[in-house]
Order: sequence, then structure tokens, then C-alpha cells
Amino acid sequence: MNEIIKSLKVAVWFMFLTFPIMVIKVNTVYHIIEWRWMNMAMIGIGTFLISLLWRYLLERKDKKKPSDGVTLSARAQAYVQSRPLVKKGLGLAVLAALTVIPSFADAYQVNILTVALMYVVLGLGLNIVVGLAGLLDLGYVAFYAVGAYTYALLNHSFGLSFWIVLPLGGFFACIFGILLGFPVLRLRGDYLAIVTLGFGEIIRLVLENWSEFSHGPSGIAGIDRPNFFGLDLTLNQMNGAIYYMMIAFTIVTIFFVARLQNSRIGRAWLALREDDIACQAMGVGRTRTKLMAFALGATWAGLMGVVFAAKTSFINPASFTFLESAIILSIVVLGGMGSIPGVILGALIMILLPEYMRAFSQYRMLIFGGAMVVMMVFRPQGLVSNFRRKYSFHGMDERLGG
Amino acid sequence: MENVIQVNGLTMDFGGLRAVDSVDLYVKDKEIVALIGPNGAGKTTFFNCITGIYTPTKGDILVRSTKSQPVRINGFKPNRVTERGLARTFQNIRLFQNMTVLENAMIGKHCRLNAKILGALFRDKKTKAEELKAAQECWEILKKMGLENQCDELACNLPYGDQRKLEIARALATEPRLLLLDEPAAGMNPHETEELTHLIRKIRDEENIAILLIEHDMKLVMNLSERIYVMDHGQKIADGTPMDIRNNPEVIKAYLGEEIDA
Ligand SMILES: Nc1ncnc2c1ncn2[C@@H]1O[C@H](COP(=O)(O)OP(=O)(O)O)[C@@H](O)[C@H]1O
Ligand SMILES: [Mg+2]
Repeated sequence: MNEIIKSLKVAVWFMFLTFPIMVIKVNTVYHIIEWRWMNMAMIGIGTFLISLLWRYLLERKDKKKPSDGVTLSARAQAYVQSRPLVKKGLGLAVLAALTVIPSFADAYQVNILTVALMYVVLGLGLNIVVGLAGLLDLGYVAFYAVGAYTYALLNHSFGLSFWIVLPLGGFFACIFGILLGFPVLRLRGDYLAIVTLGFGEIIRLVLENWSEFSHGPSGIAGIDRPNFFGLDLTLNQMNGAIYYMMIAFTIVTIFFVARLQNSRIGRAWLALREDDIACQAMGVGRTRTKLMAFALGATWAGLMGVVFAAKTSFINPASFTFLESAIILSIVVLGGMGSIPGVILGALIMILLPEYMRAFSQYRMLIFGGAMVVMMVFRPQGLVSNFRRKYSFHGMDERLGG
Repeated sequence: MENVIQVNGLTMDFGGLRAVDSVDLYVKDKEIVALIGPNGAGKTTFFNCITGIYTPTKGDILVRSTKSQPVRINGFKPNRVTERGLARTFQNIRLFQNMTVLENAMIGKHCRLNAKILGALFRDKKTKAEELKAAQECWEILKKMGLENQCDELACNLPYGDQRKLEIARALATEPRLLLLDEPAAGMNPHETEELTHLIRKIRDEENIAILLIEHDMKLVMNLSERIYVMDHGQKIADGTPMDIRNNPEVIKAYLGEEIDA
């Protein structure tokens, strides 16, 4: 009952607030004012219903908490986690599916999947910075741009091949990561976000305006595609080859990020995220740990940048806007910060859904925004929450003679 | 006996407020020393200065971690101080809430390990062996603190008393020469406090560790400590054996109305 009254109040507020734009319409030709009362009624009813639904969901969420709160997905996760064989099986099944797809899907589908895999890698890279180390980086796309331009320029001017520039692109991005890392060492949270946002924009603006260096807004065209064992591939075959290369890339990335996560340095990142004062007081060097996160995250973006430039054979600064950073960040947040399966799922949802729902493309940003708000309220830990590694000490008690 | 730490004329100003005012203090090897005083006396600030969280305005902090000459650690970063053999707990618990109990302890071990990024990526034999050894050592420390059955529990799921113990375990994992405990018994019931008293004594007896503790529980302080420092309004107003302190008129004045008898 109380809820209904609250929702009514919200509805009245909205009707009042939107009154000037939704109800009054000044007709400048006849100098009359149209009063569109129907709009007001619709806003009132709509807001009332949405508010009621919102409250209902919130209440359900709160109610669920005290009771053991084991959701289906959590149970599924626990099951997979507790059985390494199931985990391996799942991984292999996905891999097998991905491998056979090109044999029946058309070039368009393969291309979309390649892009999705690139975003999986980008998401996993940003996940190191945001998910593990807890440093909100809104300028991640800058490192992607550094990688892409490294390949584009070196290829354009010196004709260096993809395989030579791939590590170089990673290396340069890594240097940029450290360069960004130094000035922001002392910053936290919002401040860090603003500075990294600025950094991303600076890189883009430099690329756009320093024409002698980067060819300006018109970009660089005719970048060589990768050379696979000297084979002469058609465009379709090339896309297939890049697709398989991305599968390999993704596997390697997952492998490395998983290892990082469960290493000495990965633990330090988590601790830094949890409480940086305690972390330092326990002997973890903040400077080193933060720089390492920035550098490693940037390296992956740089590598992907090289792949991106090689895949599209044309790049310009417009590919590296803040929107890209926002999408990669959404992948990490939506999927679940610090969780590898989460980030993979997030990337697939964020990249594949919009592709297959082109009909709604006008509303894409609106839907993203709405989805983010709903996620933050109802499932802030992301779709897949981060399970911590369990160490087994079975029998250690006896072995240690305790 | 050697001094593990020697503090001379330590002063800490916050703007116009002098939170710590030329305090001298020392702790010898394997000694248990208490630092007491009313709320706001500057005890936690004193700890923060020693452990590098604040840089003191004036004074010297000399630490002798090995046989060598004492090192002046003013202005050292907290992690450097910890490497020198000082480890602390926090008055308001600062665990890594979303990490497991064992991982919390393993963070303490961080500065004693040296696996690098390549070791993490390729997980060679040396890195693996180091990780295993660290995990085992942490497990033993947790066992000593009675937390071995909660190894895989997230720190935020532990009961309050166990969280306090985990803070001590985490500090112990850094392999300190001097352990600084900031109100370790705060919020504990008498039974838990009793247990903690034994634990602290056990830590001192079994390992080569000196302990400096801030505490309001007079029973614990009088039972445990060999020497006591008393602070009020940033200044050291007394120091001596528990017997001296109990009968010191200035201390009684500072604590006016508060219970000081054990
Ligand atoms: N970071 C700070 N900035 C300003 N004043 C502080 C700061 N930390 C502590 N103080 C002040 O220093 C005094 C001593 O505080 P504290 O060391 O926490 O006392 P205790 O631990 O003995 O209860 C208090 O007056 C407190 O307000
Ligand atoms: Mg205090």
C-alpha cells in the first residue's frame, strides 16, 4: 500500500516535471498554444507502473538476501568451479563450436565473431586494470590506438610486416601505459577516471590534428593484412585465417590472465583494490603494483590494436573515441569485474546482441544505459561473480605433524 | 638486549593540531610493551608515523632489523617499513574483505617473495615452489591463530573476533621483528580477550618478535606488558612497569574516573 502511494508520488512528480515539454506545445505559425493533456496522462500512468515494478523488484532482491541467497547462476558456478573436469569440458565444447562455425556460417558471421573475440581480449586486458587492480580507467582505447597506429605507420612507412610489429605494438602500448601510470599514481576513484578519460581524448586529438605524423582525420589506408606462412589468400580466406588467429589469441590471453590472477602479483592487485592503505602497510609497493597493472592492461590493448589495423586495413582516429572505451568498460562491468568467464560473456553480449538486433540500433545507447543502471542496482557484482581460488590443504595437518 | 625500535622526540602536526608531541619510546628484543591513554591521545597517530603512513614533522625513528646499525626510517613508504621488520594491525579492521583468509595472509608474505611477472605468466618450478612454501607457512600461522579451518572463507564472512585475529595473522606473515597491535581486543568479549592474551604471549614466546600494543582493556595490559607508556594530549606523561603506572598520580588524573585497576 505504502509502495503504491510512493509510486503515485513519483508519477505526479514526473507529470509536473515533464509538463513544459510534453504538454505545452507552442504553435509558432498560428500563435496558439496546444495543450496535449493525453501525453500527461500517459506519462503519469507509465511512470506509475514502472516505479511500481521497480519497487517490487527491489523488495524481492532485499528479501532474497537473508535467506541463503543461492541463485541458480551461483549454484551453477559453484558446480563448475568444484569440478575442474566440467570446466575443461565446457571450455573444449565452446572451442569446438567456435572452430567449426566458419565451415557453415557466411563471411559476415565470421567477421562479427572475430570482432567479438577481439573485444573479449580487450575486455580481459581492461579487466586487469579495472577488475583486478580496481583502477577505473576510462581511456583504455588510447592504448588500442597506440597499437593500431604503430602497425599502420610502421607498415606504411617502412613496410614492416604484421608479425614483427605485433610485439612492437604491445611494447609501445606498454610504455604508454607506464607513462599514463606515473602521473596518476596518487589518484583514486573519480579523479583517476577523469584523468584517464582526458588521456584517451588527448591521444585521439593528437592523432586527429598532427597530420604530418598520423595523416590526420583521413586516416591511413592500404595497411597490409597479416601474412600467413606466405600463402596467397583471398579476402574470405584471409578473414577466416584472422578468425582462427583470434581464437588462438583469446586462448593465450585467457591462459595468461588466469595465471596472473592467481599469482603473487594478482593477489597484490586484488589487495590494492580492496584497501590500498592496508595493502601498503602489509608490504606491497603501491607504485610498482599499479604501474604493472597499467602496463599489462595496455599491452593487451596494443596487441589488439595491431590486429585491428591489420584486419580492417584502414584506420582513422574516429575508431578510437570515448565510446570504444565505454563499451570495453561496460563489458567488464556487465560481465563481472575480475571474473574471466564473466568478461567473456559480457563481450559476447555487448558485441553480438547489437549486431543481431540492428532493428533497434537507434536505441542502442538508451538500452546500454538502462541495462547498466539495472545491473548496478540489482547485480552490482556482474553477471558472473568472481570466485576466489581455493587452496587445498587436505592432509596437510598430518603432514605438518600438527 | 638490543632495542628493536628507538623513537626520539617524535612530533606530528596536523595543521595547527599537535597530535603527537616529542614522544620518546623504545622496545627491546622480545619485549611486550603497552601504549595507553585516553581516546584522542595520539596513540594511533604515533603508530601511523612509525609505520610510514604519515611522515612525522620532527623526530627520529630508528629501527634495527638485523645485527647491523639501526636505520632511520622517517619518510619511508609503508611497504619499506614493513620490509624492515615492522608489521601492524589496524584499530578499525582493514582486512581485504573479498579475499579469502589464506589470501589475506599471503598478502602479508608478499614482501618476502620475489616471483616476477614472467614467473607468474609461465609459472616455472621456482615460482610454484615459492607459492607452495608461502601457502604452507601462512597456513601454519593461521593454525596458530586458530583460523586454519576458515582458510577458504572470505574475510568478510568471519565473525568479528576472528577478523581481529586474521589481522594479527596477516601481520605475522610479513615476518616482523616488531609487531604493532592497535587495540587488538576492541569489541571482544571477556572470553575472547582472555584467549587473545594467551595468543599474544605465545607469539612472543615462540618467535623472536617484540610487541608494542595499544589497548584500553586494563586487565589485558596489566597481565601482558612488561613496560607501559602513557600518553595524553599527544605527550608522554609516564612510563614504567605496570606497578609504577598503576600508582602514578598523573596517570590517574588523566584517566579521571576511568577504571585502572586490573
Ligand atoms: N589525519 C588526521 N588529520 C587531522 N587530525 C588527525 C588526523 N589523525 C588524527 N588526528 C587527530 O589527532 C588526535 C589523535 O588521534 P588518535 O591518534 O587517533 O588518538 P587515539 O588513537 O589515541 O585515540 C585526535 O585529536 C585526532 O582528531
Ligand atoms: Mg586509536
